[in-house]
Amino acid sequence: MPPILQGIITIIIGVGGCVGYFYAANLFLDKVLFPARGPNAGRNINRANIVRPWVFLFPAVFALGLYLVYPVIGSFIRSMYDRSGDEFVGAGNYIRLFNNPDFRQAFLNNILWALVVPAVTTFMGLLIAQLTDRLKWGNIAKSIIFMPMAISFVGASLIWKFVYAQDPDLGIINAIRTSFGGEALDPLQIPFWNNFLLMVILIWIQTGFAMVILSAALRGVPEETIEAAIIDGANSFQVFFKIKVPQIIGTIVVVWTTITILVLKVFDIVYTMTGGNYGTEILPSFMMDFMFRDDGQATAVAFVIMLVVLPVMIWNIVQARKEMR
Amino acid sequence: MDNIAGQKSGLSIVTNVAVFIIVLLWLIPTVGLFVSSFRDRDQISASGWWEAPFSVELSYRTRADDAPTRDGDLYVVQGNIFETGEVRDQFTSGANAIAAFGLRGREPGAFAAGQTAENRDGGTVVVNADGSYVYTSPEPIDDAGPRLYFLAETPPDFTLGNYAEVLTGLDEEERAQEIASGATFGELLFEETGIFRNFINTLTVTIPATIIPILIAAFAAYALAWMDFPGRGFLIACVVGLLVVPLQLALVPLLNLHNQIGIGQSFLGIWLAHTGFGLPLAVYLLRNYMVGLPRDIIESAKVDGATDFQIFTKIILPLSFPALASFAIFQFLWTWNDLLVAKVFLPSTGDAQVMTVKIADDLLGSRGGDWGILATAAFVSIAIPLVVFFSMQRYLVRGLLAGSVK
Repeated sequence: MPPILQGIITIIIGVGGCVGYFYAANLFLDKVLFPARGPNAGRNINRANIVRPWVFLFPAVFALGLYLVYPVIGSFIRSMYDRSGDEFVGAGNYIRLFNNPDFRQAFLNNILWALVVPAVTTFMGLLIAQLTDRLKWGNIAKSIIFMPMAISFVGASLIWKFVYAQDPDLGIINAIRTSFGGEALDPLQIPFWNNFLLMVILIWIQTGFAMVILSAALRGVPEETIEAAIIDGANSFQVFFKIKVPQIIGTIVVVWTTITILVLKVFDIVYTMTGGNYGTEILPSFMMDFMFRDDGQATAVAFVIMLVVLPVMIWNIVQARKEMR
Repeated sequence: MDNIAGQKSGLSIVTNVAVFIIVLLWLIPTVGLFVSSFRDRDQISASGWWEAPFSVELSYRTRADDAPTRDGDLYVVQGNIFETGEVRDQFTSGANAIAAFGLRGREPGAFAAGQTAENRDGGTVVVNADGSYVYTSPEPIDDAGPRLYFLAETPPDFTLGNYAEVLTGLDEEERAQEIASGATFGELLFEETGIFRNFINTLTVTIPATIIPILIAAFAAYALAWMDFPGRGFLIACVVGLLVVPLQLALVPLLNLHNQIGIGQSFLGIWLAHTGFGLPLAVYLLRNYMVGLPRDIIESAKVDGATDFQIFTKIILPLSFPALASFAIFQFLWTWNDLLVAKVFLPSTGDAQVMTVKIADDLLGSRGGDWGILATAAFVSIAIPLVVFFSMQRYLVRGLLAGSVK
C-alpha cells in the first residue's frame, strides 16, 4: 500500500521537521547567536527575546502569506488576463461575466443563500437552544441535532437525495404527497423553490453549531435579571425576547457571521445535488465550470466572491480590534 | 424559574412535544440512509425504507416448466410456481403467498390470485395464492414452458452485501469468481475498484493535514498571545481577516504555483493546501484560548529562569489541550469532508481519489440509480467522522465556545 506508507513517512518528516525546526531554531538562538553568558549576557538575552517571536511565527506567517495572501493578489492579477494567461484584457473577464445570464443567476442565488441560510439557522439554533435548555433529555436532543456537523456535505447531500427522491417508494416527501393523493414530482427540478430545498441541507447541517454556541450564551445570562422580570410579571416569551435575546445579541451576530462565511464557501451541496442545473447555480459551482479551462474567468468569479465577503471581513477585523483594547 | 407558580404544565408539554418533533425531523434523513444501506437492491426500489421491517411485494418472472400433459384437445401444464426453475432459489422458506399474477412483463400483477385469466391463444391460466397453477392451451406447449409473471410477498431481507460491494467495487458474482480463483476478501479490498481504496486515500490526506497545522499554529498562537513585539496587533487583525478569505481565490494561483515548483497535483500539494487553509482558524482559536490562561503561571516561570521555548512546551501546551483537541477535531472533519480542495489539488482519476470525489463524481454519475450502493457509500464515508465526533464532542464544544462566546 504505497499511499499508506507515503502517508506515514510524510507524517514523520512533516511533523518531525516542524518539531525539529522549532527546537533547532531556539537552540541556535540561545547558544550560538546570542549566548546568555560572557560579557554581553544581558544584552544578548534581550536581543534573543526580540528575535524569538519571529522564530515562533515564521512558519505560520509564511504559510498564511503563501496560501492566503498571495492568492488574493495573484487571483486579482490573473483575472485580468485571458483564458491562457498570455494577453492582458483588463476588466474584460468581468464584463463577460456580467453579460452572462448564468452568472447573474448564480450571483442572485448566492445572495439568496447568504440571506436565508444564516437567518433560518440562527433562528432555529436559538429556538432549539431555548427549548432544550430545561429539558431532562435536552442533552440527548442536542447531540442528535449537533450530529450532522460531522457529516460531509457530500454525505449529507446523498442523505437528502433520498428524502427528495421522485420515486414515492424511495423519497419520503413524495411518499407523503402521493398518500394524500398528489402526484409524485422531482422536487429538485421546480425552478426557484429548488434553491430552498438545497438550503435545507445546509440548515440541517449547521443548526447544531448555532445551537451549541447560543445555548452557552443563554446560560451566561444572569439569573437575577430573569427573576426580576418574572417577578414584574413577564411571561416566558417576554423573558426570552426582551431579556435574554438583547443580552446575547453579540453572540448571535458572531454566529450569523460565521454561517454567512460558510455559505459563501459552500459548493459541495449544489455540485452533488443538481450540478448547478435547473437554476440552482451558485458562484462557487459556476466557477468550477471554468476551472481547468479558463483561468481568467475562474479567477474573476473567485474575486467576485471575495468582494461579496469583504464587508464581513472588515466587520470582523473591526470587532477583533475593539476587543483587544 | 420552573418552580414559579403557573409556569409549568401546559408550556412544558408543548416544549417536550416540539423538541421531540424537531429531533425526529433531524434524525429521519440519516436513519433512512442507514436502513437503506442494509437493504437488498430489489427491496429498496419496491418499498420505502420506513417499511423495511415489513415484507414487500416484489415481482418475479418464471416459466411454467413442469412437464405438459394432454387433456382432451387441450394441452395442460400444472405444478407449483414456487418450484419452477427460475425462482426456486428465492423461495426456500416454504411459507410463500402469491398476491397476483400476469401474463405480460408490463403487467406482472394483472390478475388476482385464484382468478382465471384468458390467454391470447384461447387457453386459460390460474395461479392460486398457495402457488399452484394450471396453464391450458389449445396449442402444443414447448419444453421451456410458457412465461408467467407474479407478485409475491417477500420477507424483509437485510444484508451486508451492499457494504461488500461498495468496499471492493465488485458485485456478488465477481467477488465469488475472485474468491474461487484464490483471492481473499482482504486482498479484494485493495483492488483499485472499490471505495476502500478511496477510504485509505482520505486517511492519507487527513492525518498529516491535521497534525502539521496544529503544530505550526500553536507556536504562532503563543507568540501572538504572550510575547511582546512590534506589529503584534496588526498580525492578529490579519489572521482575523484571513479567516474570511474564500478558498476559491486560492485555487488557480496555487495550482499554477504547485505545477511550477514541481509538486503538481499530489498528496504533498494537498497537505500543504489544507495546512495553509486551516491555519487562520487554528491560530485564532488557539490564541483566544491561550490568552485566557492565568498570567501568574507564566510570569513565575519566567522569574524562575524558564525560556519561552520551555514555557511553551512544558506549561502552555499541556494546559491548552482542550483547545488543541477542539481544533484537531475541526480540521479532521474539514479535511475528511472536503470535496473542493481535493478536486483541485489531487488528480481527478486513479489512485489518489478521495472518498468524497469518488462518490460525487463516479458513483453519482455511473450508479446514479443504484440507491443501495449510494446509501452504503455515503455511510462508509460518514462513519469515521461520526465516531470521532461523538467520542470527542466534549472537546469540540469547549473549543468552539473558547472561540466565539465572549
